[in-house]
Amino acid sequence: MDLEFTQEQTLLADSAARFMENNYDLPRRRERVASETGFSPELWGEMAELGWLGLRLPERFGGYDAGAVESVLVMEAAGKALAVEPIISTGVTGAVAISLGASEALGAEIGPYIVAGECRLALAQAEPRSRYALNRVETTAVKDGTGFRLNGHKAVALHAPSAHKLIVSARTAGDFSDANGITLFLVDADAAGLTKRSYPTVDGLRAAEIRLENVACEVVLGELDDGLALLRTIVDETQLALSAEAIGAMSHLLDATVEYAKTRKQFDRTIGSFQVIQHRLVDMYTALETARAMTYIAAAGADSGDARERHRLATTAKLKASQAAQLVGEDAVQIHGGMGMTEELDIGHYFKRVTMIAQTFGDADHQLKLLARLARG
Amino acid sequence: MHLQLTEEELAFQQEVRTFMREHVPADIKTKVDRGVALSRADHVTWQQILHQRGWMAPSWPVQWGGTDWTPVQKHIFEEEMAMAGTPRIVPFGVTMVGPVIIEYGSQAQKERFLPRIIATEDWWCQGYSEPGSGSDLASLNTRAVRDGDHYVVNGQKTWTTMAQHADWIFCLVRTERTEKKQEGISFLLIDMKSPGVSVQPIITMDGSAEVNQTHFEDVRVPVENLIGEEGKGWTYAKFLLGHERTGIASVGRSKWQLERLKNVAREEFEDGQALIEDQNFAMQIAQVEADLAALEAVVLRVVSREEAGHGPGPEASILKINGTLIQQKLTELLYKAVGNYAHPYIAESLQEGWNEDRVGPDYAAPLAPTYFNWRKASIYGGSNEIQKNIIAKAVLRL
Repeated sequence: MDLEFTQEQTLLADSAARFMENNYDLPRRRERVASETGFSPELWGEMAELGWLGLRLPERFGGYDAGAVESVLVMEAAGKALAVEPIISTGVTGAVAISLGASEALGAEIGPYIVAGECRLALAQAEPRSRYALNRVETTAVKDGTGFRLNGHKAVALHAPSAHKLIVSARTAGDFSDANGITLFLVDADAAGLTKRSYPTVDGLRAAEIRLENVACEVVLGELDDGLALLRTIVDETQLALSAEAIGAMSHLLDATVEYAKTRKQFDRTIGSFQVIQHRLVDMYTALETARAMTYIAAAGADSGDARERHRLATTAKLKASQAAQLVGEDAVQIHGGMGMTEELDIGHYFKRVTMIAQTFGDADHQLKLLARLARG
Repeated sequence: MHLQLTEEELAFQQEVRTFMREHVPADIKTKVDRGVALSRADHVTWQQILHQRGWMAPSWPVQWGGTDWTPVQKHIFEEEMAMAGTPRIVPFGVTMVGPVIIEYGSQAQKERFLPRIIATEDWWCQGYSEPGSGSDLASLNTRAVRDGDHYVVNGQKTWTTMAQHADWIFCLVRTERTEKKQEGISFLLIDMKSPGVSVQPIITMDGSAEVNQTHFEDVRVPVENLIGEEGKGWTYAKFLLGHERTGIASVGRSKWQLERLKNVAREEFEDGQALIEDQNFAMQIAQVEADLAALEAVVLRVVSREEAGHGPGPEASILKINGTLIQQKLTELLYKAVGNYAHPYIAESLQEGWNEDRVGPDYAAPLAPTYFNWRKASIYGGSNEIQKNIIAKAVLRL
């Protein structure tokens, strides 16, 4: 066992941190959030040049054959800067979907565009009545000639507004909640019959409701009727990357709050000199570092051959990150007092982001239920 | 010990309940239900309806427009009003500066200000906190220097709630530099239209424009606007803390939120069943419901003591902390209940005049912003940390 980062991993992490330091601060984030796309196309291009979008694609598809650890290191830096570019959506979710589910021909064709940042992908999996269950799919895909016709409504598809292609789960067989009969499709975002209602999210990102009306699609990812396992893996990898993003954001929340406690004076002393505040900060630190370790371990174990173990690790990491997010976020605001409530200070923005990361693909309670299911065997 | 309300109390409860049901204007009720921001006019309309009925200031002396209700009746009234989903009463006039003027003000001040407060002809805000004086309020620095018939006020107040709507502000100002900081503080009433008063909005993380910075630059305030004596302002402010505090627990409002939570949990589905049927979620609801029942029990004992002519008792000190923890827990369970639909945020959909459909269920839109906004509750009005310090010192004598 060796849990030290390799030299290349350390270089990747350092260069990602430097990139973010040079290109991100709260005013620039605000500009990007308010812009038409909701992120910076220039930065997106630079991120592509840095190889971030191709990390999870195999070399034969134009990528770099890296793994979960690399994604975690990049996303920690992105989370610390509160970056809004859809790095996970294309670089993890999309790349893993293509890597595991695309035919050789498709992968070779689309891979270079993904790596170059010219093809953005987003997952459109949840539905209005599905809540967090991946198997609850009412969107249908009916055979039509050489392809399929998709009909349905996908809910809160994060980063879909700027995506060129959508990964859509649809039912090709079975009943609403059957595990079998789900197929993953790669759908053109501008396909005829596909309408997007795009909107901002409360933490500064973009999402969309997707309506599919007889949308033609020929591209299946993975196996027909057998898409749930692949979807589970894609979501697990995405959640792991989200956990890393949360770790990065929480590390800023902790650092900023410790700094504030050292400088803000009331009652003729720094508020950090009060034991109550000190213990709260220590609790934040403990929660963060525990979640961080779990995320790194889960990343290290993500290339294990045991699917059940990968799922357990990724779910546990997301759970710990989510629980830490609530504690660290709420306490950072509380310790900052009224200032923590403002839009002007960065604390509130970080708090909102980590809260919504915890709310993506299932809150802490949902992760616990998944683990309980595993525990029951 | 009797828990049951008497027949008279039951009849009163019914009277209040009926009034609330019949007299909240439909458009205002809809806004409250849907989490749409209320306008200045909405607040004024509702408060004037209450005033018409003679119910705007139940705790004031009858001669100034109050009622002769018993503590139990006052409690019933507050609870029923909150449970009916009415707009929150803006507290700064009727609940804060009003009682101070009644207790410590001159006859002229009472005659001038009280009728306009109770009729919501004057909208008041509170000038306490400053950028350098939050938890340590006694360290405040806004200066009021005597110059003939006026005080000249210079300084900066922050977190002034709804100052953008306010006609008047009551301020704690420093009239003297004293060894013990509290002894140099005075309580001054300032017209917001005075030259030199300026207001800047502070936007909070949920997008609301509730609070402000209020600047005072050489503002001339007539000495008639001083309450009581110079140097006694801290005493007057502390009077409010010991005065009529069961409302701070917000039991009625939390009951209303709990009902909404249960309704949402009946509409939301997980794995083929309503969220309220989910054992885990149902237990979380049960916990907060039990916590609320226990908080209500504390309130009822305080009310009962007041009814019997005793003071509120030391346990009353826990009301703010527990009340706010419950409020915050309810906002948390609400946004978690709507799952993915906690993410969408269309700011316009939370303002009046927006006629499109919201994204997802109509009730989902305000839930995450409300959770973020409500983090203020453990910070304002004396943070939970300060409340605990006070209890440790004053009650446990540590």
